[in-house]
Amino acid sequence: MPTSSVSPPVPGRRTAWAEGLDELRAAATTEPGRLRVIGAVLALLVVVFGAVTAWQVSDRAAAADDVVTHSQPLTSDAASIYRSLADADTTAAAGFLAGGEESRATRERYATDIATASALLVKASANSRGSDEAGAQMARLNSRLPRYTGLVETARANNRQGLPLGGAYLRYANEQMRRELLPAARALYDAETDRLTADYGEAKAWPWYALAAGAVAIGALGWAQRRHYRMTNRVFNHGLLAATAASVAVLLWLVAGHATARAGLTDSYQHGARSLRVLNEARIDALQARGDENLTLVARGAVLTGARQDFYETGFRSGMTDLAGPGEHGAAAAHSRLGAALALADDEAGRRPVRAALAQVRQWQARHAEARAADDKGDYEGALAKVIGPDGSTGESFDRVAAGLQQALEHEQAQFRSSADAGRGALGGLPVGAGVLAALAALGAVLGIGRRLAEYR
Amino acid sequence: MRARGLRNLRAVLAPVASGMCVMAVAAAVLVPALGHEAEPAGPVRHGASAPAAPHRAAAPAAAKCTARNAAQSLRPSSDDGAAVSRIKEKGQLVVGVDQNTYRWGYRDPATGKLEGFDIDLVWAIARDILGPDPDVVFKAVPTAQRVPALQRHTVDMVVRTMTINCARKAQVAFSTAYFQAGQQVLAPKASKIKAFDDSLRGKRVCTAAGSTGESELRARRHGASVLTVPNQLDCLVRLQLGEADAVVTDNALAAAQAAQDPTVELKGSPFTDEPYGVAMNQDDTDLVRRVNKVLDDYRDGGSDSPWMRSYRTWLRADLPGISGPPSPEYSD
Repeated sequence: MPTSSVSPPVPGRRTAWAEGLDELRAAATTEPGRLRVIGAVLALLVVVFGAVTAWQVSDRAAAADDVVTHSQPLTSDAASIYRSLADADTTAAAGFLAGGEESRATRERYATDIATASALLVKASANSRGSDEAGAQMARLNSRLPRYTGLVETARANNRQGLPLGGAYLRYANEQMRRELLPAARALYDAETDRLTADYGEAKAWPWYALAAGAVAIGALGWAQRRHYRMTNRVFNHGLLAATAASVAVLLWLVAGHATARAGLTDSYQHGARSLRVLNEARIDALQARGDENLTLVARGAVLTGARQDFYETGFRSGMTDLAGPGEHGAAAAHSRLGAALALADDEAGRRPVRAALAQVRQWQARHAEARAADDKGDYEGALAKVIGPDGSTGESFDRVAAGLQQALEHEQAQFRSSADAGRGALGGLPVGAGVLAALAALGAVLGIGRRLAEYR
Repeated sequence: MRARGLRNLRAVLAPVASGMCVMAVAAAVLVPALGHEAEPAGPVRHGASAPAAPHRAAAPAAAKCTARNAAQSLRPSSDDGAAVSRIKEKGQLVVGVDQNTYRWGYRDPATGKLEGFDIDLVWAIARDILGPDPDVVFKAVPTAQRVPALQRHTVDMVVRTMTINCARKAQVAFSTAYFQAGQQVLAPKASKIKAFDDSLRGKRVCTAAGSTGESELRARRHGASVLTVPNQLDCLVRLQLGEADAVVTDNALAAAQAAQDPTVELKGSPFTDEPYGVAMNQDDTDLVRRVNKVLDDYRDGGSDSPWMRSYRTWLRADLPGISGPPSPEYSD
């Protein structure tokens, strides 16, 4: 402390603060003086209560808005990026298998997937709120995507010339997708999900400062009225009574509004966001299993796992296990994606599409077994028809699985939105209302005290 | 100190020297059973006084197989034995082939048909056993499934650029050699890489995981860094993308790669001997003799032999300078 460098205050001269304090002390010795101080403090407490309430509620309302208009859409965009990329990879393999007869629909589906992924990436970048993790993943996706599409086009060109090199390029493209793009999309999705969870947390946090300020303001008003009663023997001071009523109204509104918002948001999380997450993951499992199924026919045994099994067939099986459990018949295992989605769905409208998707998964597995049997018998054409043919193929089953999951996703999205909107609505008007009521309460307090003061003139 | 060290060394070496002979025999018996892909570098010494090496009645050649005589097979015969009769009764020949090796065994995406040097040979064998317009079932067998497929009889034979070596002869039977291949270097035409030598120094060389090329590179790297990929054709992808400078694989497969990219070529000459044979179950000795007879006819006819015609169709453009098939060697 550089006390030595500061010259000590000149004795005899007093600071403004000390003088003000003395004046206040002098004023407080008389009743009018005391009343003036009480009036000022009461008005201040009520105004602070109103301001803190408006501030904390606006914060929560903004977080709830972020959940509904920002982080949830961004999370579902990230899921769509992931889905588009996986679908592009699956479709590229299907088109490759069809070779020169690649249908226009397949070509367009691939192009749409890539365009969707690019457009959503641009949108996600624009809406990004400076999260490092999400930004890094978006940069990674932006740099890898053109490389991936280049590999796919090279695969196509070689395949059209009848060169087996095309298959090798396609497998390399798939490896890039698996090792680079999908993990980046996954990390982006996780970053956006973390953001969503954080926004939920912010929106649902109790406004403790506002509640405490309310308690203090109401307590002080009560004390002032008790003092008034003891000094004058009069029960009511209208100004103070109005101030108390307004403050209690703000406090009740705050508690009820926040509790309602919290319930709505919790509901939207329990019934919407969690279901959406599981369903998105189920859709991605289905896509990867489908991609592996196509690549089994592209690679024709060229790539094996460490255990000397076909790499892609093994991938297909593990995708199916994630999706519906280890069995090939009956209900989905409880820990599998479809099992979890069924458990999370809270009404029949939510369960029906999931059950339909499961039935199609079972049919897919049966058809897949037929395709493998044909391929193992040396009937490549038969296996190909069973996998990419128009009718009775695994491709048809896959499309139906995807359609079922899409329907379930739309249902859960609607549920999410309505619960979240209900929650968000509960906070609407509260900041303004709290401000107006607090101003009225302050006015009441001042008028109430002023009326007492008038008695001393 | 030094004297004691030497004495110790001698004491350690004495049992080694006396055990040398036993080990040579053990190596001769064990090496094939270990299932190595690569051949032992030199001819394995064979103890003349080998005490009761386990001979197998069905495959007498397996126990005394060496790198030098591995390509020997049974003398040709067109007599129908159990295996040939079985195929004739079925009216169908089931053959394990590759679908990914251009010019050898490859499914043309435009026609959906399999074609190549190996496939021509399959048709010749099938016609000989089943007559004209034979019913052939082509099964795609991955490299690692070739031996199990034969042992379980899920295929009658495997015609799939399969190298004859002692390790495999302990498990399956082979026909006489129908092609003489060997490991070779493939690189861009403009590259300074000349062969499997020190011109590889500082270069990135690609080879398939678990292949002979990988074990050769492990033994002699020539200062190159090695990139391994699941399948040899993946090496051409890496080469085209600039992630590798050269490829080491056998010349038949390297030629298949060169056929797909006019800017690369085979460099130097093969530095290993890898004869290809038709593989069959060890119990099907009559089928082995039958295939050897087909191969005799296939080689016969000088420059107009079916072998040479097939060579000209599929291989000559990228594997020039071969004047004829390898001559057959027999063990009996």
